[in-house]
Amino acid sequence: MFTEDALSAPPVTIPVDILRFNTCGSVDDGKSTLIGRLLYDSKSLMEDQLEALERSADITGGGQINLANLTDGLRAEREQGITIDVAYRYFATPRRKFIIADTPGHVQYTRNMVTGASLSNLSIVLVDARLGVIEQSRRHTALAALLRIPHLVVAINKMDLVGWSEARFHEIRAQFEEFLPRLAIKDVKFIPLSALNGDNVVEPSVHTPWYVGPTLLGHLESVHIASDWNLSGFRFPVQWVNRPHNPKDAALHDFRGFSGQIAGGIVRASQKVVALPAGITTTVKQIWTYDGPVPEAFCPQSVTLVLEHDIDISRGSMLIGLDDNLPGASSDLQAEICWMHPRPLQKGKKYYLKHTAQTVQVVVAEITHRLNLSTFDAEPEPAELAVNDLGQVRLRAAKPLVFDGYATNRLTGSFILIEPGTNATVAAGMLHPPREVVKPENGDYVI
Amino acid sequence: MPSYHLDHLQHLETEAIHIMREVAGEFERPALLFSGGKDSICLLRLAEKAFRPSDLPTPLLNVDTGHHFPELNEFRDRRAKQLGAKLIVRTVEDAIAKGIAQPAPGEISRNQLQIPVLLAAIEEFRFDCCIGGARRDEEKARAKERFFSFRDSFGQWDPKNQRPEIWNLYNGRLNPGENMRVFPLSNWTEMDVWEYIKREKLEVPSIYFSHRRSAVRRAGQWLPVNDLIPPRPNEEVRELTVRVRTIGDIISTGLVESPAEDVDDIIAEIAAARVTERGSRADDKASEAAMEDRKKAGYF
Repeated sequence: MFTEDALSAPPVTIPVDILRFNTCGSVDDGKSTLIGRLLYDSKSLMEDQLEALERSADITGGGQINLANLTDGLRAEREQGITIDVAYRYFATPRRKFIIADTPGHVQYTRNMVTGASLSNLSIVLVDARLGVIEQSRRHTALAALLRIPHLVVAINKMDLVGWSEARFHEIRAQFEEFLPRLAIKDVKFIPLSALNGDNVVEPSVHTPWYVGPTLLGHLESVHIASDWNLSGFRFPVQWVNRPHNPKDAALHDFRGFSGQIAGGIVRASQKVVALPAGITTTVKQIWTYDGPVPEAFCPQSVTLVLEHDIDISRGSMLIGLDDNLPGASSDLQAEICWMHPRPLQKGKKYYLKHTAQTVQVVVAEITHRLNLSTFDAEPEPAELAVNDLGQVRLRAAKPLVFDGYATNRLTGSFILIEPGTNATVAAGMLHPPREVVKPENGDYVI
Repeated sequence: MPSYHLDHLQHLETEAIHIMREVAGEFERPALLFSGGKDSICLLRLAEKAFRPSDLPTPLLNVDTGHHFPELNEFRDRRAKQLGAKLIVRTVEDAIAKGIAQPAPGEISRNQLQIPVLLAAIEEFRFDCCIGGARRDEEKARAKERFFSFRDSFGQWDPKNQRPEIWNLYNGRLNPGENMRVFPLSNWTEMDVWEYIKREKLEVPSIYFSHRRSAVRRAGQWLPVNDLIPPRPNEEVRELTVRVRTIGDIISTGLVESPAEDVDDIIAEIAAARVTERGSRADDKASEAAMEDRKKAGYF
């Protein structure tokens, strides 16, 4: 899309998938420049965008086009030369569509990185080749690991300023490899580049004959994004009860469906499902969609399920399949959290917790530890968690949640905390696996 | 053996349906902003997919500047009727008469005046949420927008103080007087919109397709000849074969010379395009921060 060759190219083919990635690094690591370079060199920029860039270059850049101006969208950012919020960018090559979340590197903006990265397939951690690994690099890598982002790229930028030194590249790689084994990241790629000059971003660099790997874009286009979606245990959080109450149409008069997005697994018409937390077993009568009924549906499709029995289910209920992958149901929750608000988290405080399609009240029973991001050590029982702290907590909920461990299912294993009164979103949480799973074969669960 | 694979449009679709249903689940009185433009046409189809066989749980709301293309309003009214949806139209004209909106002296454009009219409609019907068709790829300020965009009791957007949005967990909690704008198409590009229109066989207003029209050359663009700002003697007027790429008011919508007669032609044209969609909107060119300023004041 949008390449100059498009006119002569064969008819537009629809890209088969979407890769979501985010960029992180500290101030001046060149994140915005890198994104600008990706867009510029992949010919994803339009003439009016280039004109606007050139106009601002005349005014502020002394004639030099500043690629960072492409992403630093707000006036305050341009004035201060920083990125203050997550910005999303879109581009496509003939092989893939890309959604970029440009996430700022300031220490106080960790919440934005979590926001931008939570659904990413891949994270790019930028490192200034002159500085090597700094606390920010470790923090960003740890966050990507904690969020279970499947792929990591360490982009060692500003290689031109260290004379394209292969030794320096390996030195920084070794710095990363010291702590990577302690983190849950399986796929890591190191790429030496210069975002400013475009080396190894889209085009291979002549300065790095010692580097035989792909360019950044080459890697983004080809990295295997094995389905991030969990297809093994059926989970269906009910978002909305679909009752037409249509007095004119007999077929619709009694229609009662449950609408939601499948958060895990596969569902088939006429299979047995259990409604939780009620614990009632029933059968899927029909998988209703606007385009007609379907025999089966899978994560992350949005559908409406019609059930055999008229049971009391509402927003916040969860339908699950009867297989080996069962969720837990508990009001005693253990989780890793990222605290995002200037008012610290304290033991005994109450919050709203939003999980799938329900919101419940919780109280902080315990702050088990705080994670020191420089050493990756757990500091037991801190008095509080401050903004941008990561830690482990135990929460007691006003009613049981039906959940999975975050490592098993991102959608049924995650939650946010909301501060009552201000309604601010104050934390992102990742649940530990349940200590016990529900037991649907128990007589109590069947009508 | 089924592949259990969704293509990019199916991904965008299920994401948008999930957001629509979160709105129905979390808000008391939501509205859906429907102009008849291509983005809000997709929004309506997504609402059908989210809520059928029930009726749409939201009325449709449109702020009519009085400077709309007549083709657009005709389409808007017809489509709302087809869907059996309730359509609420509030006009800038009426707002000026009632003193809700005050035009700046000498200003003909009603772009700025949409803001107080929208805010007054929100107050009149006590809407707590407005679903809109804005996309992040449209403009730099929109690239920083959340799916659930919180507005204070003055309708203002504070870009430095947005709620973090993590996974697919949207925080829709409000205090009285506050408001949410929700943008299910945030991750869609112009190309995605047209590919979806094609896949879903959606009707769009005729002005998106090539037609003959008198155009006046103004500030580097061809604009429709209209009675509001008639051509001045020194301005060039020509009969051209054109279409619109994005629809704003009739006085600010740039015409694109184009032979595109159907959706396939439009898709091919966008694939080869060298300027962005909003490159044809005079209202965004006013200054580098034009959209940012309007959004902060309560614009969609």
